[in-house]
Amino acid sequence: MEIVTTVSKKENAPKTTERISGSEAIVRCLLAEGVDVLYGYPGGAIMPVYDELYKYQDKIHHVLTRHEQGATHAAQGYARISGKVGVAMATSGPGATNLITGIADAQIDSTPMVCITGQVSSHLLGSDAFQETDIVGISTPVTKWNHQVTKASEIPEVIAKAFYIAKSGRPGPVLIDITKDAQFEEFDFEYKKCTAIRSYNPVPDVNVTALQKAADLINTAKKPMIVWGQGVILGTAEAELKAVIEKAGIPSAWTILGASAIPTAHPLNIGMVGMHGNYAPNKLTNECDVLIAIGMRFDDRVTGNLKTYAKQAKIIHFEIDPSEVDKNVKTDVAVLGNAKESLQQLLPLLQEKKYPEWHQQFKDLYAVEFEKVIKNDIHPTKEGLTMGEVLNEINIQSKGDAAIISDVGQHQMIACRYANFTTTRSNITSGGLGTMGFALPAAIGAKMAAPDREVVMIAGDGGYQMTIQELGTIFQQKIPVKIVVLNNEFLGMVRQWQQLFFDKRYASTEMVNPDFVAIAKGYSIEAKKVTKRDELKEAVSEMMASKEAYFLEVCVEKEDNVFPMIPTGASVSDIRLC
Amino acid sequence: MSEQINTYTVSIYTENNVGLLNRISAIFQRRKINIESINSSISEIEGVTRWAIVVVISDEGIRKIIGQIEKQVEVIKAYYHTDDQIIYQESCLFKIKSDLLFEDDQIKNIISANHARIVTVERDFFVLEVSGNKNEIEVMYRELKPFGIMQFVRSGRIAVTKEELKISTLLQAFSA
Repeated sequence: MEIVTTVSKKENAPKTTERISGSEAIVRCLLAEGVDVLYGYPGGAIMPVYDELYKYQDKIHHVLTRHEQGATHAAQGYARISGKVGVAMATSGPGATNLITGIADAQIDSTPMVCITGQVSSHLLGSDAFQETDIVGISTPVTKWNHQVTKASEIPEVIAKAFYIAKSGRPGPVLIDITKDAQFEEFDFEYKKCTAIRSYNPVPDVNVTALQKAADLINTAKKPMIVWGQGVILGTAEAELKAVIEKAGIPSAWTILGASAIPTAHPLNIGMVGMHGNYAPNKLTNECDVLIAIGMRFDDRVTGNLKTYAKQAKIIHFEIDPSEVDKNVKTDVAVLGNAKESLQQLLPLLQEKKYPEWHQQFKDLYAVEFEKVIKNDIHPTKEGLTMGEVLNEINIQSKGDAAIISDVGQHQMIACRYANFTTTRSNITSGGLGTMGFALPAAIGAKMAAPDREVVMIAGDGGYQMTIQELGTIFQQKIPVKIVVLNNEFLGMVRQWQQLFFDKRYASTEMVNPDFVAIAKGYSIEAKKVTKRDELKEAVSEMMASKEAYFLEVCVEKEDNVFPMIPTGASVSDIRLC
Repeated sequence: MSEQINTYTVSIYTENNVGLLNRISAIFQRRKINIESINSSISEIEGVTRWAIVVVISDEGIRKIIGQIEKQVEVIKAYYHTDDQIIYQESCLFKIKSDLLFEDDQIKNIISANHARIVTVERDFFVLEVSGNKNEIEVMYRELKPFGIMQFVRSGRIAVTKEELKISTLLQAFSA
């Protein structure tokens, strides 16, 4: 290997460049960015990189998933639990297009991810070559940034930019497409991290005037309410949020992606907002006088009908992404910037307060919800098992320390509603895109990024089968995740809508399922099926005690519904309890 | 929130990178907004591309679109203006049979009245160029139509704003 030493005029310090191939450069760039694990699937146009991964296997662990979509969700799980950038790799053509669902999911849920795809050689671009597809064109609307590399010399700068863009500001997915000839080409390698891009301002400065206005509104409020979102977690502002909540004494609710930033048991944590959120925070959204939104984006599943959403309230929006301000809900005060910095600066401006009567309103409505919904969900008296009691058992036996990786549907809403979180970054689920099949591969990434944490995946029988092949990855990599399938033999959430809004016409929602236990055992994963209440406790206990991967199928009531519910197009205050 | 529909000229300063056209047009396409005209060229700043996009949209719609455009990593800054806030021009070419130029004085009158320019005169045809706003070009088109227009083409709108845009200051602040 030729080593060339050059002297940079600007810094007057010697720099070393090495003559290496583009593919080796890719691996070296990943190492320079601190990547220790990546998820992917090899193929023709990415083979030179895999050859280098073979060489560097003691430094970087490549996990062969069973489908490229699994690679993206695993990278997402890795990123969501750790805050680091997840990395997925695939070949050109179908390998690349299979990444799209995960990329779109990461885009809408602001997950930092870098995807690297191989591409046909540059002289073949546009010729409909074997496994050629315009992945840069296809991924444009669902990436924060993307770029095609056709020369090896571009690789270091482009990968440095990719990592910087993926994790800075409001995070998101970046795709880098690298032609095969660029992978083979040799060049003088040198890596420099990217720290700024002139056209890109990831974190707007906190406006002191806006901050003071926000503080004045909060200090003079009679019925203030906070709704926080994932921005708090992405901005590592959990401690700052807790300090603000406790000093100002404000009842605080969360969106699905904000869950776990403040422990579930915190006295000022009033639960989840949105379509299947808690009764009190939804109902009282239309009664508060100041609504303080922190790192959330007023998604339609959170707001219900915008025409009747918090119209009586002054709205304060703490937000890192200027395009989110006034996008869905018109704000009175917008404080742009990173949540951590904004909340740090807000704290000294706030008066110490308590709102006992206002807080009592939340408690009273919780009591109503408990009586009508929660009690029956977690302590059912009917014969059939409920999803809620399974969650409750997991809470009890994990002492709230587990990271819950949920899929999409009824079980997801139940998991988010009933999981007892004590630690931040513990609720990993596909929020914005609602990607069925997310959980199993995401759990792989989460467990690998946080091996010391208990990682419990919860899926329905529908979503589980969308990426069930990732059991192969769990088997091969020996990943000790706990896999819980809540089986109601239906696509439960769709069936619930059919029951409520389509006169019980259950079109294509009933599932005839395979023997899930046998399938898990086929991958040498210990497995158990529970059909009766008196078997549940012991089965969960056995699962939690297991040091290896464990599969638990719980057959739950077929036609249970998730309540409360804000029907589509209805107001948050019209939330239904049954 | 106003639902009134207006013509807006969007001016965008960007890096000069492959794929940016796709990224910007996707923002409009996703919201089913038709682009009336689009132009991309060099700007007053070396290495910086300037775009002019004309859309007919509500005030609220254009503000959200600008937010989405500015969010793109390679976009330096985006602005939107109504017609009274900008100086704008379009350019067009008419291809007309040559004999008409020599046989009909009326065409000569139309050319001079509309400040059009004869680009070339060939044996069979001649080409006229005229720049102006949309109305001026339409007037010219209507006047020439009876004579038989062999080909007609009009460019997208290009515009400069009456207000100062301070892009250079913005870029200097970055380099500092």
